[in-house]
Amino acid sequence: MTSLFAKYQGIASALGAVVAAGGRNPFAVVIEKPVSSTVGIIEGRHTLLFGTNNYLGLSQSERAIKAAQDAAGACGVGTTGSRIANGTQSLHRRLEHKIAAFFHRRDAMVFSTGYQANLGMISALAGKDDYLLLDADSHASIYDGSRLSSAQVIRFRHNDPDDLYKRIKRLDAPDSAKLVVVEGIYSMTGNVAPVKEFAAVKKETGAYLLVDEAHSFGVLGEHGRGAAEADGVEADVDFVVGTFSKSLGTVGGYCVSDHPELELVRLNCRPYMFTASLPPEIIAATAAALEEMQERPELRLRLMENAARLHAGFVRIGLNASKQVSPVIAVTLETVEQAIPMWNRLLELGVYVNLSLPPATPDSRPLLRCSVMATHTPQQIDDAIEIFRQAAQETGATAAPAPLVAS
Amino acid sequence: MSETVESVSALIIQKLLANPKVPRDIDGNCKIMEDLAFDSLAVMNFVMEVEDSLDVSVPLDKLADIRSINDLAACIVDLKNKG
Repeated sequence: MTSLFAKYQGIASALGAVVAAGGRNPFAVVIEKPVSSTVGIIEGRHTLLFGTNNYLGLSQSERAIKAAQDAAGACGVGTTGSRIANGTQSLHRRLEHKIAAFFHRRDAMVFSTGYQANLGMISALAGKDDYLLLDADSHASIYDGSRLSSAQVIRFRHNDPDDLYKRIKRLDAPDSAKLVVVEGIYSMTGNVAPVKEFAAVKKETGAYLLVDEAHSFGVLGEHGRGAAEADGVEADVDFVVGTFSKSLGTVGGYCVSDHPELELVRLNCRPYMFTASLPPEIIAATAAALEEMQERPELRLRLMENAARLHAGFVRIGLNASKQVSPVIAVTLETVEQAIPMWNRLLELGVYVNLSLPPATPDSRPLLRCSVMATHTPQQIDDAIEIFRQAAQETGATAAPAPLVAS
Repeated sequence: MSETVESVSALIIQKLLANPKVPRDIDGNCKIMEDLAFDSLAVMNFVMEVEDSLDVSVPLDKLADIRSINDLAACIVDLKNKG
């Protein structure tokens, strides 16, 4: 009889090769103790954290920690129920009002994770007779949402509004509802979506537009509302989805919208209905982190300065860094054989980044994915650049051709 | 112009052979992932190229049933006939 795990043979041999090439499993790194937002103990060593998505450093916010402690003391540590049963406390509604007010939207839904927010919204919105149009480089939660929906799913070329337009026209289905899904900042590459141009296509074709601002919330736009705010087209975005687990430093997801039917989506959204709601301490910490983010816009300025500093440093030492400067900076290497020793050497020298291997990368080349924080000091960034230089040199990881012009 | 499974299959093979990593002796019965060593992303990206050549959209849910080059060709012909 066939083993249930026969299909795991491929991944087992791939993982074996990765471990053999570098000495450790890159997907089983343990942060033994967080020392601060920017430093953790890994393998007993103080390690600079450049791969945590903790853009504003708010996972260590004193205000959020205090709010969590107070909420746990007052309300307990869990709700033991779904949002549509016993899992909605006044804290949950207050956070939804706060998020909606932040985005100047009619209402918000809070989900237990950002993954579930995409899974839930996409599957609930796109039904059997509808079309979903996804950017080719979409996050797994978007693809999974499309699989949970019964819609017809069409991919368009990454960050290419003309290609989206062409594919909508090719459908020749003027009466079908269409939902276009893009991300503000793409998590693997740091590419920023041209939301303004996508909004123009949406308007011309009568489609709906959902923007996942998971990595751009708290990062882009004058008030941190994301790529749509930065492009001045928030009114053309029907649904904004995002997460609390990046800029706000906690966990959970949300969707905001002006469509009054959002209230009905709550009753037709399996990842919202059939899971326990977030515990009170997380809700309280998230609300506190959101207040802190709004009161400290300087965090966003420092974040962008830090991103520019790291990006410029990578370009200076000849690495092939992301084209656009954003807090996600991916260093592209040519082969997996280069990437694995380089990633291991970085960790040994005291820098943690994310190792991304194909097919989880957009163009079949491996990435060393870095995320920058507002709380990194200039010295920490310079140290990281020097460690990258040393690791690249020692492991012979010749960089792919660097961009001709440093942006 | 009306395409047949044979003509679409031939076009797919011609496009595949433009990639030097693809074995030279492929035919319509070759399985795209197993025989050509394409991962899931490579398959989706390749289908996008074929879509543009033939001015057709293959919904992702249809890809789940496609194994061989001929399966893909048959799916595209079916979609074009419906259009």
